[in-house]
Amino acid sequence: MLSTRNVNKKFGSLVVADGISLSLPKGVRYALIGPNGAGKTTLINLITGMVTPDSGEILLGEENITSLNPFQRVRRGLARTFQINTLFPHLTALESVTLAVLEREGHAHNWWRALSSFSAATDEAANILKSLHLEKSLEKETRELAYGQQRLLEIALALATRPRVLLLDEPAAGVPKGESAELFTAVEGLSTELTVLFIEHDMDVVFRFATRILVMVGGRILVEGTPQEIARDERVREVYLGAGHAA
Amino acid sequence: MANAKRYLEVAFWLCTLLPFVLTPSYLSLASQIAITALFALSLDLILGYAGIVSLGHAAFFGVGAYAAGLIAKHYWTEPLSGLLIAGILAGLLGYALSHIVVRFRHLALIMLTMGFGLLLHEAFNSASAITGGADGLQGFRVPGVLGFKFDMFGKTAYAYALGLLFVCFLITRRIIHSPFGLALRGIRENATRMPAIGAPSLSHLRKAYTIAAVVAGLAGAALTHTTSTVSLEVLSFGRSADVLVILILGGAGRLYGGIIGAVIYMVARDQFSGINPQYWYFWIGLLLVAVVMFLPNGILGGLSALYKKRQ
Repeated sequence: MLSTRNVNKKFGSLVVADGISLSLPKGVRYALIGPNGAGKTTLINLITGMVTPDSGEILLGEENITSLNPFQRVRRGLARTFQINTLFPHLTALESVTLAVLEREGHAHNWWRALSSFSAATDEAANILKSLHLEKSLEKETRELAYGQQRLLEIALALATRPRVLLLDEPAAGVPKGESAELFTAVEGLSTELTVLFIEHDMDVVFRFATRILVMVGGRILVEGTPQEIARDERVREVYLGAGHAA
Repeated sequence: MANAKRYLEVAFWLCTLLPFVLTPSYLSLASQIAITALFALSLDLILGYAGIVSLGHAAFFGVGAYAAGLIAKHYWTEPLSGLLIAGILAGLLGYALSHIVVRFRHLALIMLTMGFGLLLHEAFNSASAITGGADGLQGFRVPGVLGFKFDMFGKTAYAYALGLLFVCFLITRRIIHSPFGLALRGIRENATRMPAIGAPSLSHLRKAYTIAAVVAGLAGAALTHTTSTVSLEVLSFGRSADVLVILILGGAGRLYGGIIGAVIYMVARDQFSGINPQYWYFWIGLLLVAVVMFLPNGILGGLSALYKKRQ
């Protein structure tokens, strides 16, 4: 569904992506792990077009999307969330998600019809928010939502674009440990047609929810495998997990 | 709540008719206020709703004013068609400039818009054969509109300016409450997030900038029609700065903010300049400092906060 071919990126002399080639099949839940500074968020930025690679190709399905703008990639089915909440503070949760639905449907250019006449978009937005247990917060301004709810709203915004591939950059960052499992349970309940790649530092969550794991170190993919394979891998133990965890 | 708001709006627009009865000798000032309010409304669309800060918005006002003046001087004096053409020309300029302007934010944007404003000001100044240069465009007279003559008391002028303001206000309100308006608010709230929900932000901003330029051009044309003269001041930096001050005073992003700001600013200017013709800007400065310090979201923002607190 999503693949990269030999993607490279340098910031000055710092190599942040070094020949990254990966392939994410349809419906698989991938975890992207690695120490701080490994280049995980940069990889998401490269895939989504927020950072332009120096060389290499990014493909969504059969289409080469390397030269497309971020919004064009979203329209082709590639959505993301952000590590730090990147929301619309003075819009309500419902307005925010409705906006994403309207953009997807190509209605956001319409300036002559009242917003209230687009009830299908509003209904769909409300359903997305309800599916993420945000039904009590529809009319609340985003800035008034609890932090955990804002993290869920991040995901709701991405889902409103009807993605084929969803990239979650530390979706549970800052969320108390008990609530992060709840958040990932919501992610787990998403369509099995959807390919999900998530960055996460909590290994319990990673091993519980990922069907495959990518380990990134120094801008390179060190190893890819099932959770069991990753747990047994000597190189991973050395650079990331530590001998204690493997034992 | 929605009904109360609607009644308040009806009451507001009914109040705009009061000058015909209560202050008939001030109708010329009232028409200037209505035109300035329209100009502020156009700035509100880009600043208040899309987050585009501009210190060169007079460029569109001036183009509209000169277009209306040149049409009246060289072709015909029927104002409504002139108004339409002036709006279109200002819109075309806005569309052309929007391709550059929307790529910048913050300080760079302020400098850029100011630069365009100054460029246009000097271009019109140097093209004196067409524009009259520093002397302005003179030697024409728009006799009236829709069969009503522009009288010396400004009755027709105010009706014309107020009618135009009302129509443009309704259109702007529709834009604000449309999906496009929501997209603009999204850009203002978080421009980074917009592409991540599939939004072509630059395209939205170009459109908003173009519409705002049309409205500013209409305001400029209305000034020309009601005064039968065009001075180079219509393109000045001062006019761009004034309209920004007006919007900050009234409250940006509140639709009525520009109108309230225009009323307060123009009346204050009229009164202060009457008291002290030389140093009246001192009082305007004081008013601005007081509003920004005590009502950082403008007068309407302050009233709205007060209302919420009482609730």
